[in-house]
Amino acid sequence: MALSDKDRIFTNLYGTQPFHLRDAQARGDWDGTAGFIAKGRDWIIEEVKNSGLRGRGGAGFPTGMKWSFMPKASTDGRPAYLVVNADESEPGTCKDRDIIRHDPQKLIEGCLIAGFAMNAVAGYIYIRGEYFNEAMVLEAAIAEAYEAGLLGRNAAGSGYDFDLYVHRGAGAYICGEETALIESLEGKKGMPRLKPPFPAAVGLYGCPTTVNNVETIAVVPTILRRGAGWFAGFGRPKNAGTKVFCISGHVNKPCNVEAEMSIPLRELIERYAGGVRGGWDNLLAVIPGGSSVPLLPKSICDDVLMDFDALREHKSGLGTAGVIVMDRSTDVVRAIARLAHFYKHESCGQCTPCREGTGWMKRVMDRMVRGEAEIEEIDVLEQVTRQVEGHTICALGDAAAWPIQGLIRHFRPEMERRIRERRGLPLAAE
Amino acid sequence: MAKVKVDGIEVEVPNGASALQACEAAGKEIPRFCYHERLSVAGNCRMCLVEVAKAPKPVASCAYPVMEGMEIFTDTETVRKARRGVMEFLLINHPLDCPICDQGGECDLQDQAVAYGKSFSRYEEGKRAVKDKYVGPLIKTIMNRCIHCTRCVRFSAEVAGVPEMGATGRGESMEIGTYIEKALTTELSGNLIDICPVGALTSRPYAFVTRPWEVAKTDSVDVLDALGAPIRVDTRAGEVLRVLPRQNDAVNEEWLGDRSRFAVDGLKRRRLDRPWVRRDGKLVPASWAEAFQAVVQGVQGRTLGAIAGDTCDAESLFALKQMLNALGSTAHDARQDGAKLDASRPDFYLFNSGIAGVDEADALVIIGSNPRVESPVLNARIRRRWLAGGFRVGMVGPNAELTYAAEKLGEGPQDIAAAERFLEGAQKPMILLGRGALARPDGAAVLAAAWELARAANALREDWHGFNLLHHFGGQVGALDVGFVPGEGAPDAAAMAAGAVQALWLLAADAVDVAPGTFVIYQGHHGDHGAQRADVILPGAAYTEKDGLYANTEGRVQRGRLATMPPGEAREDWKIIRAASQFLGVTLPFDTLDALRAEMVAQHPAFARLDQGPVAGCTDDAGPAGGGALDAAPFAPFFGNYWQVDPITRASEVMAECVQVILPQAAE
Repeated sequence: MALSDKDRIFTNLYGTQPFHLRDAQARGDWDGTAGFIAKGRDWIIEEVKNSGLRGRGGAGFPTGMKWSFMPKASTDGRPAYLVVNADESEPGTCKDRDIIRHDPQKLIEGCLIAGFAMNAVAGYIYIRGEYFNEAMVLEAAIAEAYEAGLLGRNAAGSGYDFDLYVHRGAGAYICGEETALIESLEGKKGMPRLKPPFPAAVGLYGCPTTVNNVETIAVVPTILRRGAGWFAGFGRPKNAGTKVFCISGHVNKPCNVEAEMSIPLRELIERYAGGVRGGWDNLLAVIPGGSSVPLLPKSICDDVLMDFDALREHKSGLGTAGVIVMDRSTDVVRAIARLAHFYKHESCGQCTPCREGTGWMKRVMDRMVRGEAEIEEIDVLEQVTRQVEGHTICALGDAAAWPIQGLIRHFRPEMERRIRERRGLPLAAE
Repeated sequence: MAKVKVDGIEVEVPNGASALQACEAAGKEIPRFCYHERLSVAGNCRMCLVEVAKAPKPVASCAYPVMEGMEIFTDTETVRKARRGVMEFLLINHPLDCPICDQGGECDLQDQAVAYGKSFSRYEEGKRAVKDKYVGPLIKTIMNRCIHCTRCVRFSAEVAGVPEMGATGRGESMEIGTYIEKALTTELSGNLIDICPVGALTSRPYAFVTRPWEVAKTDSVDVLDALGAPIRVDTRAGEVLRVLPRQNDAVNEEWLGDRSRFAVDGLKRRRLDRPWVRRDGKLVPASWAEAFQAVVQGVQGRTLGAIAGDTCDAESLFALKQMLNALGSTAHDARQDGAKLDASRPDFYLFNSGIAGVDEADALVIIGSNPRVESPVLNARIRRRWLAGGFRVGMVGPNAELTYAAEKLGEGPQDIAAAERFLEGAQKPMILLGRGALARPDGAAVLAAAWELARAANALREDWHGFNLLHHFGGQVGALDVGFVPGEGAPDAAAMAAGAVQALWLLAADAVDVAPGTFVIYQGHHGDHGAQRADVILPGAAYTEKDGLYANTEGRVQRGRLATMPPGEAREDWKIIRAASQFLGVTLPFDTLDALRAEMVAQHPAFARLDQGPVAGCTDDAGPAGGGALDAAPFAPFFGNYWQVDPITRASEVMAECVQVILPQAAE
């Protein structure tokens, strides 16, 4: 069953209407915002909890619970901050971009509500440097909101004071990691911090901070308007809601689309993206959640559901829901080698396993593409990924390891074939 | 306190301690590279991974706070595998150049690779190459060896307070350096060599000199500043090769100033290695007997006085004083800089709060001193206290880059009294008076004014003594402790140099200009200012060449030890004085150093208290005599620079290069 238009949150995802405040209000934004705030912090957090909303940035942490970690009131005079992660750099992901450039008021309204819910005095939207035009739109949208009295003192007539700032990043993938983002926002080199302490205790400028993804924040006003039960009605239990999927690669119509969670992958691709180039049987593999998650071969893609738990069962993940489709013309080893190069380039260099391991993996992968390796090196490569995974401060090490692990898990015969072919050995099947 | 189980061993550690500290409390060794007790936790090397019950992944023990009832496992298969993995990663881009690496033999990476690594590498790709950086005349970099632990970056930013080091680039391309290539301007840069766990930062002057297992190691004490840092002197074949700090939490923690560490090449140059006697206006080599005869000739029938230098051991000062007294003279003075010190009571000239007292203080007024130049390690302690918060620093004197914010309270002695308002409300106020502030005509009045400030600020209490004098060299307090100051009516150093005595014995005193006509006996180790003026030169021993006691600025008596023999015919100083006394007919009553010490301790019991800080509290707030009026002239910096301050440092080529390279750069 397809998501009907009336149930879509992002009604201007394709930019068919202007982004301006007037148009956004016509679409329903900023309706009754002061009323939600009047109902109090606990009500908002409870609603978000009941909606089953899980973080849309990749890790899928329950949003309401995350907000509840913030101190109810400042005991030591430190203010609290909301930080919105718009450093959307995950390869294959472009959902936040469309939200920001076409529907920014949803995000801004969400910032006010979320900021109020966590007692934040200000919000910072950290937008990736490459999103130049998007940052311009966002700045303009915020200016409109200020002008209309929706931000600043007595924001939206709620009696709550809230300021919102845009900060442009300088183009480092690692700055999308929440603590590296905070470091970068503070003007330091973007390197992830040790946890604990978590940002909810010691975050931006040493103050309690919550970092949320753009999409997470942007869906909150609609959840409050239409009710937690409405949102929770989509998707399987614990995987509730609607979600913007980014479908790219070898499909006939690459697109961003808002669909309900737990939609079968095949339906997602065929209904919204015009199907796989050359038909479903021409499919080789899909990376279901942005470059960081292991790929899935066609056999799994046939009936897998697109939600956190179903994909985890298949040792992959929903991640950012950046669906990268690869048909049979793809050199899958080379595709993953390119990702290995990406992670080598984007490792911050702080932790030993990631700094040294990403380079090692990249170099071995480059040889694997050409088959210039020994069969046993596939096992060495696998072990190296295990030595990186779980041994680093942040998850970039894991993200670098998983695609390669997925490749070896599902396409080891292809890797071996190349090596044998190159060395003139009989192929394994013979 | 939290109860934690480490490999089944139950230990109790303070709340907030790290898992690593708990493991250490349980006697378990945890390998580490980036973790350092005195630096912030970075948690990036990942070598200290341990397993914690119920944690899904191995955790970095250095950064993981303990919780009541936590169970830690340091020797499971997961932990061993994690360590082997991290070790393998560290080594894939580390050059296998141990045979030509100066860190060899004292390298953390080497040791831990043996203990926790694999015996082979599976890495077959090319290794990373990083361009070496120039960071000044003291530190040699071989950046290929860097493992990016960032200890040096944290040390510069946190301890030294001169954030000149940092990382540029990302991931594998990350490089440690000074951003724009330049010499480090911190006076503590030598400590980077000690904290670097690999051979990336090594000593430039010590490059390719020797191996650590080939040197003889002698525990001693540094005298080149008044902190009296405990040091280890490494020697081979009668040559001092390097000086390293030892650890004493109450004094230097584990740091050492660059002067103390790198000036030792000055011990090999411009040395006086045989006696000299002036004949017909020219100094000619002589035997010891001839020299002593010349001394006898020069002294007999003349009034005799003595001026002692700044780095003398207490024994030779005591012996010289005894000899002069036996000859009927009390004209002895150890204040060649003219500091108007009052030696009548120890707390008039000591750092009474104690070096460690800085950690307790909550306000500080610095008068006429630049601790960064006069004692950089003490300055680092002040900075740490300042970083901890709840500590304000005021400054009466010339502007200086102190590595912490100091509120300017005035320029000269007239502004001392006004500092009282700054100290108002402080529970443990400290007044830090620089010795240089007393080396001026109104020095006695400055001393009295500073004491008065301490009293007004309620810093002279039974539980807290907030009056502190910061001396410049390691021998200065010992000299005051043995009473090497003029007796009643006797001339002081300036008067003696100006001709108040007819014969003058200079014990390693090089900062005085002696008037023509005076017969000068110079006993010392370097052919510096004093020796040029001498009529007789008696070659003595530098601080690494004799056993002796030294008192640091807080009065802590520490033992210096003979690491090498004095060069040539030079002798230990107390022996020279003992021999001279015989020639002069007033044979001193001791033939051994032990006998001398016994005599000295009998007269000056302070020397019986080895390695003890100052007596806590002030029982008598009556001030020093003072005298004279305060001058309007502002305080001036005492030292022109940090590196060249005494005969040893002036003879050092390394120090000369520092002055040449670092000074112009620091001025920018």
